Amino acid sequence: MLEVAGLACVRGDRKLFSDLSFSLQAGELLHLHGHNGSGKTTLMRTLCSLVRESAGEIRWQGESIHKLGEEYTREVLYVGHKNGIKDDLTGVENLRVSSALDGNPVSRERAWEALEQMGLRGHEDLPSRVLSQGQKRRVALARLLLNRSRLWVLDEPFTALDVAAVDFLQSIIQRHVESGGMVILTTHQEVRITREQVKELRLGWKEDGRV
Amino acid sequence: MSSRFINWFKFSSPATFYPLAGRMVPVFSLIAAALIAVGLYMSFFVAPTDYKQGEGYRIIFVHVPAAWMSMFIYLVMAFWAALGLVFNTRLSGMMTRALAPTGAIFAFLALWTGAFWGKPMWGTWWVWDARLTSELILLFLYLGYLALQGAIDDNRRADRAGALLVLVGVVNIPIIHYSVKWWNTLHQGASVSISSGSSMSAIMLWTMLIMALGFWAYTIAVALSRVRSIILEREADTTWVQELAEVRS
Amino acid sequence: MFSAFRTLLGRDLLLAMRRRSDLFTTLFFFVIVVSLFPLGIGPEMNTLRMIAPGVFWVAALLASMLALERLFAIDYEDGALEQMLLTPQPLSLLVLAKVLAHWLVTGLPLVLMAPLLGLQYDLSSEALGVMVVSLLLGTPALSLIGAIGAALTLGLRGGGVLVSLLVLPLYIPVLIFGSGAVEATASGLGGQGHLSMLGAILVLSLLFAPLAASAALRISAE
Repeated sequence: MLEVAGLACVRGDRKLFSDLSFSLQAGELLHLHGHNGSGKTTLMRTLCSLVRESAGEIRWQGESIHKLGEEYTREVLYVGHKNGIKDDLTGVENLRVSSALDGNPVSRERAWEALEQMGLRGHEDLPSRVLSQGQKRRVALARLLLNRSRLWVLDEPFTALDVAAVDFLQSIIQRHVESGGMVILTTHQEVRITREQVKELRLGWKEDGRV
Repeated sequence: MSSRFINWFKFSSPATFYPLAGRMVPVFSLIAAALIAVGLYMSFFVAPTDYKQGEGYRIIFVHVPAAWMSMFIYLVMAFWAALGLVFNTRLSGMMTRALAPTGAIFAFLALWTGAFWGKPMWGTWWVWDARLTSELILLFLYLGYLALQGAIDDNRRADRAGALLVLVGVVNIPIIHYSVKWWNTLHQGASVSISSGSSMSAIMLWTMLIMALGFWAYTIAVALSRVRSIILEREADTTWVQELAEVRS
Repeated sequence: MFSAFRTLLGRDLLLAMRRRSDLFTTLFFFVIVVSLFPLGIGPEMNTLRMIAPGVFWVAALLASMLALERLFAIDYEDGALEQMLLTPQPLSLLVLAKVLAHWLVTGLPLVLMAPLLGLQYDLSSEALGVMVVSLLLGTPALSLIGAIGAALTLGLRGGGVLVSLLVLPLYIPVLIFGSGAVEATASGLGGQGHLSMLGAILVLSLLFAPLAASAALRISAE
């Protein structure tokens, strides 16, 4: 499904990683490990096609992701350090705009429901400016409930979330994986998905990390 | 065919290009020095005095080649920029960057000598002549490129952003030039233009060509030695740079 | 595809409506710059009539350039830009939507204000009409060309000054034909030729600027 061959990334003058190869099948989760500055975020952004690799190739179903272009970005959902939500819009508006841009417009009721599931009952109609850090994160993560992308790339999704939200998010991730989706994530927390679908990849461990 | 193709890409790697450039720099420096010396001698002693413009016209032997070079260098930069964006070669960005200061200097030189020429001919340092104005805008384009390069810390982004800017500029240059020309004819400003004042004799043309070739060789020499420093700077971590004799000593 | 265009356009207009103070800064800048010239030059009406086209167009140029900084910067900071890059939509179309929203918010008010300010300069009604048409054709082109510069300088220190260095030389044709149209009308020559050139520039920038700006965004968002 997703294959990475001989990938190398350079940031500034520094080589972050090189000759990185792995593959990810449907129904698998890849857990990225690595100390700060080992290139986890860069790797994830490269896998999303936001950063251009300096060597190697990333293939989605056998085709280079740069050749696929928008066909590939349709399959990818990325949640990065930045939430990508507008402070002056309400949670519902934010969610509906991002869903519409992702190519599957949702009704107001559906967006409302997703936010309630994320534990934002009573906050759906407030401008995001007044929400707390964790609540903003929940608005951003509510996209996971509405999106139909197959590959989720989640960069530290659990930061700023409380225990209940972390549990809920883990169950969503688990459900996605069990229904044949793919997940790549970084977190310093333990991922409790007990079946053997979890792959681990350590960056900065040796010169090159392989799975 | 294919073996030749691979060869080109081999030279686009900094490690192979660095020593090659090192051998080329002295050759082109010598050519430049010789041609410019001959050109200057011809422009001062061989070319005849212009019957209308007197001795002052001799500055066009610097002015016109400098103006040619400033435009030509921008085109060469656009060529490297396109190459870099399409093939993603590292060397292209370095070449674009190495050429820009020389291009800016030639644009400035053309303006400066234009002013020197204008003072005795027109009685003012600056005339809003279409060519001078276009040259000024070209200088602005060079300065914009240099400023953008200076502001970006990440080399890769600097190369690609700079390449895009140069391409946008090269598409715009004809539009800018024709609009300035139209503006100029419309306003009936001083429509005297340099080098059309009198019919040029063959010797004048030859002198200009020799000077232009000298400037061209100079540009190559300077750009290559600048590329060498850029390569050293960017590849400082690699083993091939650390094994160079000049680095180890 | 076009629903994404509409969504983004609607979102940016809605955001502008919720921050109305931003809406007026560009307009006030334009008004103040135009009103300063008579103070610097003197109230001689013949002189003012003569310099009016140039003053209006240079002020429009500066105002549009000043507004550029906000075009992508907020999206870049809050992460909406990288989400935009990852949507299954052609990026140039989204850029076009953003530029259109930006022009409606910062450019159009300026065009509507121009005839009123033209009275300060004692312009004939015919010249005022041509001024509005020229601004209507020219300012969208400025926004489009400026988008390239704004995208290239995203997140750089001193971005505001830098963008002016990059963009102002590219604005020159618009300036020449824009002020030329008004001037030609005022002097009785007719501004048709200039206006059609402005139209041509607008069409060209509609075709190419979104492509260049999206390439620049991809470079800057890395």
